Amino acid sequence: MTRETIFNAVLLLGLIAVPTWALIMDQPFTITLATRAVILALAAAGLNIALGIGGLVSLGHAVFFGIGGYAMGILAHHAQSYTAMMQWPFVIEGTKFMPVIWLVACLVAGLIAWVIGILSLRTTGAYFIMITLAFGQMFYYFAVSWSAYGGEDGMSIYVRNDFPGLNTLAPIQFYGLCLTLLVIVLIFTARLRKSPFGLALNAARQVPARLDAVGLNPVRLKLVAFVISGVITGLAGALFADLNRFVSPTMFSWQFSGEIMVLVILGGVGRLFGPVAGAVTFVALEHFLGGLTEFWHIFLGMILLAVVLFARGGITGLVAGKEASHD
Amino acid sequence: MTDIVLQTRGISKSFGALKASNDISIDLRAGEIHAIIGPNGAGKSTLIAQICGSLQPDAGQVELMGRDVTALSTDQRARAGLGRTFQISALAMEDSVLQNALLGALGASGRPWRFWAAVLGDRALRSRAEEALARVGLGAFGSKRCADLSHGQRRQLEVAVALTLRPCAFVMDEPMAGLGAAGSKEMTTFLDGLRQEAPILLVEHDMDAVFALADRISVLVYGEVIATGTVDQIRADARVREAYLGETV
Repeated sequence: MTRETIFNAVLLLGLIAVPTWALIMDQPFTITLATRAVILALAAAGLNIALGIGGLVSLGHAVFFGIGGYAMGILAHHAQSYTAMMQWPFVIEGTKFMPVIWLVACLVAGLIAWVIGILSLRTTGAYFIMITLAFGQMFYYFAVSWSAYGGEDGMSIYVRNDFPGLNTLAPIQFYGLCLTLLVIVLIFTARLRKSPFGLALNAARQVPARLDAVGLNPVRLKLVAFVISGVITGLAGALFADLNRFVSPTMFSWQFSGEIMVLVILGGVGRLFGPVAGAVTFVALEHFLGGLTEFWHIFLGMILLAVVLFARGGITGLVAGKEASHD
Repeated sequence: MTDIVLQTRGISKSFGALKASNDISIDLRAGEIHAIIGPNGAGKSTLIAQICGSLQPDAGQVELMGRDVTALSTDQRARAGLGRTFQISALAMEDSVLQNALLGALGASGRPWRFWAAVLGDRALRSRAEEALARVGLGAFGSKRCADLSHGQRRQLEVAVALTLRPCAFVMDEPMAGLGAAGSKEMTTFLDGLRQEAPILLVEHDMDAVFALADRISVLVYGEVIATGTVDQIRADARVREAYLGETV
């Protein structure tokens, strides 16, 4: 067993243990905090596929997070106000049913990722960053001006959506749901990294010219990675909206795109559990330092600086060392 | 009539006022090694780029197995049977030697859209990759990280990746670049045997290797082919001696 495997296992067991700990210590709020960390980890796990494996520095991933959030918000809003989303040519009702909301969130996020990807992947480097940022801003201002769904103020959803067999309003049950989804995505990512697609994508990041020379199209591989990445971040957005029972244009903001990227870099770019390590650290810092001072971001900035300068593998790299070539 | 595997017909490419390729027609026949030589700046790299598809010629065609591939992209040409090696090794440095070879096998299989099954568990890909590694003498280095290889081993791996494609023509851009005398000799012996499998269009600066290997040589000067012929013909050609070989012959 490598040190990274042990580190990952400890992280995962720690997350599983949170509810028990919270009950024993009588600190139920910890569960909500951990739910937030898990959902942010999921969003970052999405970005990690594009950024970590595909090398796509996307500063527009808040788009997918926001789409997930608004998919939830819009569907639930119509369900709670008993209005149809669409009357013509056929009637589409809203829903409070989580699986349907997730499906819609993933589909729309994937579709938009495909369109943004096709346009953005014509460029590389700084231009790619700028184009994804520009898309992010487009969606942000669209959401701000979309008065039917709250405009700048966003929308409140009064009751958390339903999942069959669960009482999603119980923090532990909702936490379990989110953690399960994160684990599923991490298992998928672990498989993907070792799959033929993962091998090709990994090489496409390192030497695109080699991919062409063996008859594989690096841009097409990166596009698919971008779509998968967007779908996962979209799912995280839907959960995040359900956690807060609130959606607003902030979910689309470029600051949030930056925040997910910070999570990935903090945890370890391209490392399987990097997003988890990053999100847990981020939420912990936010909670503890945020309690001390309103300007806790200064400390986050310093930590980030230290990671970028001295620990390129992020927290995972610091604890578990360099990644073993996986075979 | 000899079988022509790869040929260019009147390829021209200009960058502003500079004619990097001027009406170049060369061909590569089955079973031969055709070397392209020329002084620095003669347009060898531009020619390779047009044959492999990263540059589009202003005029002329590239044909592979009698099929016009001028409009095809680089990856499409690779799938059509063009196996190339790079002057500066283009390998995934963070990956293992085996993974690099697998990439070639994966490209040849044309099935990268598998997200769940482990690539190392694919017997067909793996045996193809391992076979290519064994042939260039890297059989024992499969699990080594590419970044930890010596320069010479990277050159060998570069060739191994091209082998996994089982191409119908090789285009090799200075495979001896940076190799020592011994490495160069080893590579020469290897390429010598390879020509029966698929002909090689060889761009090379190492004249000993070129004269030892080439069935035919084309001399490129200022974007033009000034002579094509056997080693002896080229050695004897007055224009070539003047333009390029100078005192070395």
